[in-house]
Amino acid sequence: MKAVITVIGKDMVGILAKVSTTCAQANANVVEVTQSILDEYFAMIMLVDIDNMNCSLEELKNDIETTVPTMTVHVMHEDIFNSMHRI
Amino acid sequence: MLNTKDIMETITMIQDEHLDIRTITMGISLMDCCDSDIDVSCRKVYDKIYNKAKNLVKTGEEIEKKYGIPIVNKRVSVTPVSLLTAVSGGDPVKYAKILDKVAKDIGVNFIGGYSALVHKGFAAGDRALINSIPRALAETNFVCSSVNIGSTKSGINMDAVKIMGQIVRDTAELTKMNQCIGAAKLVVFCNAPEDNPFMAGAFHGIGEPDCVINVGVSGPGVVRSALSKMPKNSSLSEVADLIKKTAFKITRMGQLVGSEASQKLDVPFGIIDLSLAPTPAVGDSVAYILEEIGLEQCGTHGTTAALAMLNDAVKKGGVMASSNVGGLSGAFIPVSEDAGMIKAAENGTLSLEKLEAMTAVCSVGLDMIVLPGDTPSETISAIIADEAAIGMVNSKTTAVRVIPAIGQKEGEMLDFGGLLGKGPIMKVNKKSSAIMINRGGKIPAPMQSLKN
Repeated sequence: MKAVITVIGKDMVGILAKVSTTCAQANANVVEVTQSILDEYFAMIMLVDIDNMNCSLEELKNDIETTVPTMTVHVMHEDIFNSMHRI
Repeated sequence: MLNTKDIMETITMIQDEHLDIRTITMGISLMDCCDSDIDVSCRKVYDKIYNKAKNLVKTGEEIEKKYGIPIVNKRVSVTPVSLLTAVSGGDPVKYAKILDKVAKDIGVNFIGGYSALVHKGFAAGDRALINSIPRALAETNFVCSSVNIGSTKSGINMDAVKIMGQIVRDTAELTKMNQCIGAAKLVVFCNAPEDNPFMAGAFHGIGEPDCVINVGVSGPGVVRSALSKMPKNSSLSEVADLIKKTAFKITRMGQLVGSEASQKLDVPFGIIDLSLAPTPAVGDSVAYILEEIGLEQCGTHGTTAALAMLNDAVKKGGVMASSNVGGLSGAFIPVSEDAGMIKAAENGTLSLEKLEAMTAVCSVGLDMIVLPGDTPSETISAIIADEAAIGMVNSKTTAVRVIPAIGQKEGEMLDFGGLLGKGPIMKVNKKSSAIMINRGGKIPAPMQSLKN
């Protein structure tokens, strides 16, 4: 099973490093990352494997929010995207 | 790999456009709780609801966290209580109080089913229950009540219509210190659906299984936002198509949440009700969708046509997305809960008469409309009769949820707070309908009923 982490906000140094460190601590394997910067805004989408994760999705979200407090963070199970956008 | 655009679209819908699962409603049959002793019956009711629904709120919250989608309400609907009263006799308010207590204990925010189905006449228990509605709603916080007074198959029970006009008034009177809130928890139906998850009209029909999960999905903000990105010269066929696609996506999410909830709670999944249900939050308004389609303000000429298209497109999108679509599915037009409707009613663009026309093509009826405090009960009955006639002839559900603002008059405002919003007191025709209402009897079933 996988989850999608999105981090959106004003660009700053070290966002990717901080978020991936938090994922590593939770034992969530990062499968894929895409990021884009539009004007000054940074948007990162990260797909992580959560099969062996050592905490809940909510805890992971809270941890990421603590490391990048100025950004908007969403952590959602991939099923919601699959069901909404695929027939 | 998931498409970045799709991911961002879902997140924007939830974060900026108020997309949510409006309610997970567990329907519970109380048929096996009947007892000739009302106290025994009440105890069984409490135990059954508690056991079935004790994990409902917790499960809802777990799903919210897993998918990052808000589930605004967790609710319970039960078998019409008039059936229990028929067996046990006694004061029906006892049932209302026990329902209120169990709702509080399991943490749901409404429990529906303080109801009676009298479209063809009154059976044992029905009159006692109906007469107790004002007290039941005044003395409880979570209980919602509904009465079905007509259907396409059986016509309209005008004796019940007459009584309900008075009951609506009495309910408002008894709660006048509290913004007449009782009347906001009381719905009078024609062709009531048995699997509707939305309050205040939810009850668990007698043809339903023992226990079932129904999900109500909403998202007027999402539809409006999709339309706002469309060029103003796109044809209405394109507009309808876009609404359909958006409704499809929203419903798929409801299907996911519903099947997950049903699995976790080990209760069969009933239906998805895809209803564009507005909230007072800015942007979460059905009126604004109609305005986005191209009306200067909701209520002007063209509103009924735009609403008919919207309602139909929502259903078409929803049908393909879900294994079972049911309930009311379409667009709700509750005045006090919709920022755009409130505005339109305040400046006179939206009248009661226009709302009545709109109910002929939307999914429900006259909803959350505040009437002047001096509106006679016969006039309320006549409003109910008009609405029921629209439902009866068009083979659709119609409902009336009006709130007489006791002690206030036209042009003033009644503020309920929260999801129920605030409503400007609307103009009501002053000419009397009393003689017709006092005739009583029945309006016979229309030709449409003879389908066999």
